[in-house]
Amino acid sequence: MFAYFVRRLLLVVPTVFFALSFLFLLFFALPGDPATLLAGGADRNPDPGVVERARERYGLDEPLYQQFGEYWGRAAQWDLGESFKSGRSVNDILGEKAINSLRLAIWAILIEIVVGISVGVLSAIRRYSLSDKLTTIATAAASAVPVFVLGFILQYLFAVVPEKQGWPDWLHLRTQGLGPDTWTFFFIPTGEQWRYLILPAVTLACVSTALAARMTRGSMLEVLRADYLRTARAKGLSERKVVTGHGLRNAMLPVITLIGLDFGTVIGAAILTETVFSWPGLGSAIADAVSERDLPVLLGLSLAVTIAFALVNLLVDLSYAWFDPRIRLGKDAEV
Amino acid sequence: MSGLDPLSAGVALEDVDEIEADEELAPKPLRADVWRRFRQNKLALVGLGFIVLLILVAVFAPWIAPYGPAERSPGAFREPPSLEHWFGTDTIGLDVFSRVVYGARISLRVGIIATLMTVVIGLVLGAVAGFYGGKTDGLIMRVTDVFLAIPYIVLAVAIATLFGKSVNSVILVLGLTGWLGLCRIVRASFLSLNRLEYVEAARSLGFRNSRIIFRHMLPNALQPVIVYATIEVGTIILAEAALSFLGVGPVPPTPAWGLMVSEAKSTLAVAPHMLFFPGMAIFLTVLAFVFVGDGLRDALDPKLK
Repeated sequence: MFAYFVRRLLLVVPTVFFALSFLFLLFFALPGDPATLLAGGADRNPDPGVVERARERYGLDEPLYQQFGEYWGRAAQWDLGESFKSGRSVNDILGEKAINSLRLAIWAILIEIVVGISVGVLSAIRRYSLSDKLTTIATAAASAVPVFVLGFILQYLFAVVPEKQGWPDWLHLRTQGLGPDTWTFFFIPTGEQWRYLILPAVTLACVSTALAARMTRGSMLEVLRADYLRTARAKGLSERKVVTGHGLRNAMLPVITLIGLDFGTVIGAAILTETVFSWPGLGSAIADAVSERDLPVLLGLSLAVTIAFALVNLLVDLSYAWFDPRIRLGKDAEV
Repeated sequence: MSGLDPLSAGVALEDVDEIEADEELAPKPLRADVWRRFRQNKLALVGLGFIVLLILVAVFAPWIAPYGPAERSPGAFREPPSLEHWFGTDTIGLDVFSRVVYGARISLRVGIIATLMTVVIGLVLGAVAGFYGGKTDGLIMRVTDVFLAIPYIVLAVAIATLFGKSVNSVILVLGLTGWLGLCRIVRASFLSLNRLEYVEAARSLGFRNSRIIFRHMLPNALQPVIVYATIEVGTIILAEAALSFLGVGPVPPTPAWGLMVSEAKSTLAVAPHMLFFPGMAIFLTVLAFVFVGDGLRDALDPKLK
């Protein structure tokens, strides 16, 4: 098991390296000169001397392979460089934005797990009932909603309408920014904070919750037909115990895979959600970095996201063994 | 002996061709079966109807739309829906209904062409990886791993910036980045087909690899591809809207739905109709393709339902 873990961990390194190198080279192929941008932007016609100094200051005058080598040399020591735009250390930006993104993602994934799995299970045990049919339609619909359209419609319904209609103040939800930034136990919003959190969290959770519900339903239906469930019923267990104790645990394997893979979807959706709600997280920072051609920020944040994604996938694979003891990872598996 | 061998091989080849010809006749009742099962799924039929309607709207846009996509109505700024402007007007006096109608052309063009690109790339790479295995497979799978490791929108936004802002560059971006999932599905099918006896038989008959891949194995690996590709059209239309929204897609006054949503965001409080109608158009189109894809899956493989 441990050897398997280490081997998988080592495989992450080349994947992340090649992915980021691709982004690095792509960036230099983009039209426009980053040095001009550093010196104030192409539209402002900066002084050629300033452009030249910017080029030297950030090593942009060196040959590409040298810049490439130096970047990775520093990145290997977890020094991600400085932002072209603001001059801030990318490590600092990463630390600040990652916390905001993490808080949002925790809530989105909590919604996904709680709502998605329970809706899926209920739908499966009442198969073909009216509520099952409605759920099937609703989950298909939720998975087709454009994240940014949903975000704006929620803004309209829960911020603009209460404002226009003069509803009591506690019904107004906030739609822009992080808010007072007050949390207990890292992720529980305190005071006014929940008003800022709730709309982006729901928006971010929408698509993945629908997918989780669909997957849980399909997986449960498969398990509910299994012989061991009939055995469990036959030995007189209550239906609740049959479903939760025997059914759910066995149905969880594909759902866990989905939730793990979903991490990528959540990151993608986070770019849109955070842009719509001006939530100062990694997603909106990455979107800004692309449009501002801020290479160190783009690479540094993408590096962190890519590593996190790879680690989550590794954890998902490891969790298989816990959910299904028949699966043995590593050496035993080859026997 | 040496004179006989090519001859007998020739006979065998003809026989096989005949068998194949028979097989091509055989799937017809199966197709009828699939259609019968598909028809029973009401949602899939509704989805199909919507897609047909959308195609008609796109083709006949100039006759359906009362105004041009960039035709301003003087003095009618951000007007709410009325008899004159069914979906209202936008900030510079363009008719939202007409723009949504013309937008169907863009969404369908991007969705269909980019999906065809992803299907071709995914099929070829997946088939090659699954058929040859070994180092070829390892290389192709490592490449997909690398691209899957980059969050999709980051990749698409970065490449879109490279290609410039137009509908065609969006097609190129989505076509070049969307094949990863399909490649894995096709590879998995080919890996399991590889072990089947009829493939071994085709090999021992000395057929060229390309013939085995495309004529013998591909038709048997197509079912999941058809389902995936149908849903992919919707996914790509969604991605196109997201790219337009983020400002790396087509530029104004192109009537792209995502762009219209983006233009409407700052006036949400005073003119929600500017956002609602193009947003709904994206949603319903994507939903229609999801419904049809689901219906196809159930119809092609009734066991799964």
